[in-house]
Amino acid sequence: METVWFIIWGFLWGVYFLLDGFDFGAGILMPFIAREETDRRKIFNSIGPFWDGNEVWLITAGGVTFAAFPGAYATMFSTLYSPLMLILFALIIRGAGLAMRGETENPSVRRWWDRSFVIGSFVAALLFGVAFANIFSGILFDGDGVFHGSLLTLLNPYGLLGGLLFLIFFLMHGAIWLAFKTENQLHDRASLLSGWFWVILTALSVIFLILTVFATDLYANYLNNPLLFAIPALMVTGLVFSGIFIRQKAWKKAWFASSLYIFSSTLFGVIGMYPSLLPSSIDPAFSRTIHNSASSPLTLKIMLVVVLIFIPLVIVYQAWAYRIFRGKVSGDISGYHEGV
Amino acid sequence: MDVLILSRLQFAVSTFFHFLFVPLTLGLSILVAYMEWKYVKTGDELYLRMTRFWGRLFVVNFAIGVVTGITLEFQFGTNWSRYSEYVGDIFGSLLAIEATVAFFLESTFLAIWIFGWKRISKKLHAWCITLVAIASTMSAFWILAANAWMQHPVGYVIRNGRAELTDFLAVITQKNAIMAFLHTVSASYILAGFFVMGVSAYHLLRKQNEPLFTRSFRIALVFALAFSFFEVAQGHLNGNMIAERQPAKMAACDAHWETMSNAPLYLFAIPDEKNERNSVELLPIPGLFSFLAFNSTSAVVKGLKDFPRDERPPVLLTFISFRSMVGLGFLFILLTATGWLLRKKLMQYPLYLKIMLFAIPLPYIAIELGWMVAEVGRQPWIVYGLMKTSDAVSPIAKSQVLTSFIGFLVLYSILGITNLFLLIKLIRRGPEATQLSDQTEEAAV
Ligand code: HDD
Ligand code: HEM
Ligand code: HEM
Repeated sequence: METVWFIIWGFLWGVYFLLDGFDFGAGILMPFIAREETDRRKIFNSIGPFWDGNEVWLITAGGVTFAAFPGAYATMFSTLYSPLMLILFALIIRGAGLAMRGETENPSVRRWWDRSFVIGSFVAALLFGVAFANIFSGILFDGDGVFHGSLLTLLNPYGLLGGLLFLIFFLMHGAIWLAFKTENQLHDRASLLSGWFWVILTALSVIFLILTVFATDLYANYLNNPLLFAIPALMVTGLVFSGIFIRQKAWKKAWFASSLYIFSSTLFGVIGMYPSLLPSSIDPAFSRTIHNSASSPLTLKIMLVVVLIFIPLVIVYQAWAYRIFRGKVSGDISGYHEGV
Repeated sequence: MDVLILSRLQFAVSTFFHFLFVPLTLGLSILVAYMEWKYVKTGDELYLRMTRFWGRLFVVNFAIGVVTGITLEFQFGTNWSRYSEYVGDIFGSLLAIEATVAFFLESTFLAIWIFGWKRISKKLHAWCITLVAIASTMSAFWILAANAWMQHPVGYVIRNGRAELTDFLAVITQKNAIMAFLHTVSASYILAGFFVMGVSAYHLLRKQNEPLFTRSFRIALVFALAFSFFEVAQGHLNGNMIAERQPAKMAACDAHWETMSNAPLYLFAIPDEKNERNSVELLPIPGLFSFLAFNSTSAVVKGLKDFPRDERPPVLLTFISFRSMVGLGFLFILLTATGWLLRKKLMQYPLYLKIMLFAIPLPYIAIELGWMVAEVGRQPWIVYGLMKTSDAVSPIAKSQVLTSFIGFLVLYSILGITNLFLLIKLIRRGPEATQLSDQTEEAAV
């Protein structure tokens, strides 16, 4: 049962990153590829109907951590206090920027909302990477869940590399999304960039995977159970196919391939930690595992019923929402402004 | 200031701020859904214009509700890790269910509603906002059930050094959960009603869009009137429940020090916590407090002196909050009942309209005071009778909490102010600014 929940946990984080990833990416890209107001509007219109629904996957991933593994939830979020608070603040200013930019006609005010949206996207993407790389390599906490490091110990080389990796993940994913949803110059710039990001991402992934050997114990599980190599195989598939589809300008397929890449990469890290959810780098005995941090069997059972009913339902109606808003976006006044 | 105080302040600031937006979401979603269904059924364009005007305000409010909610979800782990570990088995699952069952529905269908005016049929469009209303009500239920469990834990055993679930149904059907749900939801409906009435009054005073705003005013009036009566009656039952289950809170609500039967209620009193008495007590109504607590003027009510000092909540704050909430509750009845008498000739009573315009903040105040009663009155317990707040806080550095607390203050001040200005701007512009243009038709193609 705990193992089932461990997989659901990894699944939720994976879905969260693949979904919010493209709107993070599109946000960070905005100042670099949008030349005019209509370009910016197109970018906003392309993610406007989706970002909030995407963010709920984060809330659910957090909520499920709390419900299924309260011990890990408590230790994870209190030891990662500072980066998590920064992420939350980033998500606030990002959401506020998204919602508010359409409400103002004053260009200089709008520029501030744009900045808060771009900075929020950037900081959140970077820090998620830093946080996850640190989780993979273990965090300095003792048997009481007391953290013995600081924000600086989290910003170690491996952590920073993780941050960079996430950034590029999302940048490529966002560029593909924009190439898929837009036309003309904006489309051309986005498609050009997606090719470059693919090259950088490939290089960075290789470096990261090599450093992972030294910085973490993630590979141990894979060596013990070679069947698990299916997951890295999926990663390679996702990466290779996103490269191919980018070249073929098959944007929808490219988006699914890069989604697969992000999803399986998240899963790769998570499965590598099993049975830990949060390894301690002081002493593995302190690690938060599915055995010492799980909820009671009754709670796990009730939650499983809830998740098995509602998550598929959510996927169905969210897919329907993506269908309603299919097709290229226009640069007309839109977002919360046009809508209501 | 230590980590505990800072964490409490931070939690209080962020929940209070979140709850400035929540009640309008809960109430206005229903009103907007009603207006849109009216439009679908009658085809009357006036209802469409109403839907779009109020819907626009709804969306702005909703956005801030969302971004301030996310921080709360994670603060249990960041600031109350001991608590999370101790109760996560029960409390965490309610939060997770809220997200899976309600938040996805709410956010997805609101987005379709906002962006989908030209893409889906009228009926389907009206269904979207209806689903938003249903989902936000469900979300309120789950989070309030979680909070109710902190007020009155049930359906658990202490095992493996923590609270473990034994009876899920007991947790979600307990009296505290139902009561808190009814009380909070109807408070939210009062608030939304007053909001719509106040904004309508603003335009009616300027004689703008009279048909639209008189109609809006009347719809909101019926809504607020019904729930104002309901709230006071149900609030009394809430009081009975508190008297039975959290006697220290009840005693603090009325600054009641001595255990006695036939306890009076002083219309005016000033509690003096140090000397365990009230420094001023005027205008007693004999037996009323006994009646409020136990429905009988001769019932014995336990006084604060019979609780150990370290199990008493802060008396002054609880007392003032409770008093003012109840006072406002009666004021709302008065205001809405007056409105009912004047409903056919509102334009002839500018004074009434002006009062209603300036009454907009009152339900907000009442609601925040209500939470003050519930949460401060629960102290020093975080889970009543089971865990003290001081044992719940995370083992983190003071500098971390101080920094994040300042961050919250700065960020929320900016958000609050810009949101207020934006709402005022949108309200001033009136319905003309929110009509569907032909341009958007193209946008949708
Ligand atoms: C009585 C109702 C109520 C109460 C007591 C709370 N909330 Fe809330 N919350 C809502 C009612 C609500 C809502 C009506 O469903 C919101 C408000 C505005 C909105 O957009 O949805 C919402 C939004 C909202 C969101 C964003 C959802 C999204 O992205 O769509 C989160 C994560 C939370 N809340 C979490 C919390 C937590 C952890 C609370 C406890 C401290 C809390 N809320 C108190
Ligand atoms: C949204 C309306 C709410 C408001 C305005 C509110 C207000 C407050 C306040 C003022 C405090 C500090 C009390 C003190 O330290 O003296 C507090 C504490 C707390 N509340 Fe609430 N609350 C709300 C809802 C909730 C809900 C729904 C939950 C749980 C599901 C909750 C859980 C807590 C926790 C964990 C604390 C921290 C520990 C404590 O100080 O008791 N609150 N809240
Ligand atoms: C006049 C009649 C009223 C009475 C007798 C009353 C009674 C109470 C009581 C006893 C509580 C504490 C419940 C607890 O600690 O669990 C409470 C909480 C609360 N009240 Fe009231 N109330 C009244 C009017 C109002 C009004 C008019 C509003 C707002 C418009 C309001 C909003 C709240 C809220 C938001 C809470 C906290 C949530 C909860 O615990 O239910 N109340 N009320």
